[in-house]
Amino acid sequence: MNDDLILGGEKFSSRLIMGTGGAPSLDVLEQALVASGTELTTVAMRRLDPSARGSVLDVLRRHDIKVLPNTAGCFTAGEAVLTARLAREALETNWVKLEVISDERTLLPDPIETFDAAERLVADGFVVLPYIGDDPALARRLEQAGCAAVMPLGAPIGSGLGIRNPHNIELIVEAANVPVILDAGIGTASDAALAMELGCDAVLLATAVTRAHRPDLMAQAMRSAVVAGRLARAAGRIPRRRYAEASSPMVP
Amino acid sequence: MNVTINGSPHELPRGATVAQAVQRLTGVTSGVAVAVNDEVVSRGAWDSTPLTEADRVEVLTAVQGG
Repeated sequence: MNDDLILGGEKFSSRLIMGTGGAPSLDVLEQALVASGTELTTVAMRRLDPSARGSVLDVLRRHDIKVLPNTAGCFTAGEAVLTARLAREALETNWVKLEVISDERTLLPDPIETFDAAERLVADGFVVLPYIGDDPALARRLEQAGCAAVMPLGAPIGSGLGIRNPHNIELIVEAANVPVILDAGIGTASDAALAMELGCDAVLLATAVTRAHRPDLMAQAMRSAVVAGRLARAAGRIPRRRYAEASSPMVP
Repeated sequence: MNVTINGSPHELPRGATVAQAVQRLTGVTSGVAVAVNDEVVSRGAWDSTPLTEADRVEVLTAVQGG
């Protein structure tokens, strides 16, 4: 069945969006990205290092993966807007994963700066995909502001704690008219499956794969988990019951 | 004249352009973007945009992250 993700007016057959942070080498990253089947992958913008060998952009280009620049490392709306504009210039895309963090210890997104930056970037013609806390009210406001998706966290970046508040993710999904992408906190395949079972349209993850003992295997696991969770959501799970419900005819 | 390129001091001839500042770091220009004093300078304008004393030039590219 055709079950494409429509995001920013484009079609994706994979619902697994990958990050590139944390991989021990470009070779390992490349193997993981291929195994994940991803069609959209984030990169960060940093000062050019003349001594750097190889580029993450070459890896993405080789496998026809669309690049999604992020504003990681920004603490204010102003920094994020400038970073997005530099990314648009460098990478020739008007897509941006908007990420404005509040402090280095938790890396939790700052809702005020994020909203401010989102409004400015939408007005400047960007396809804005904001990384946010699991806050249904903020998600709604960002959708109204013209964002192409909302990307609530499951847990802090790189924590691998899974989805700490599944109820809020469900509330965001229920209300949203744009794709909901579970971003950050995924630790293992069951977390990714749960995100999809809760009704998310896609999952964005990096650390769970890039820092796994075998990134290529975990990438494959995540790919399957996203598909499995999506199917389970469409199939409709049975209600939870307090007592047993016989699955065989009772005697006589 | 003295300018700052990616946080390091550089001496460039008077009237040097953004393109010359980029050249100090790399000959590869694809995948690269430049801001001067926090304003983006589009690639097409690098050759025609002169720098002035104490300008802050940032030359960025995509790296692994996120």
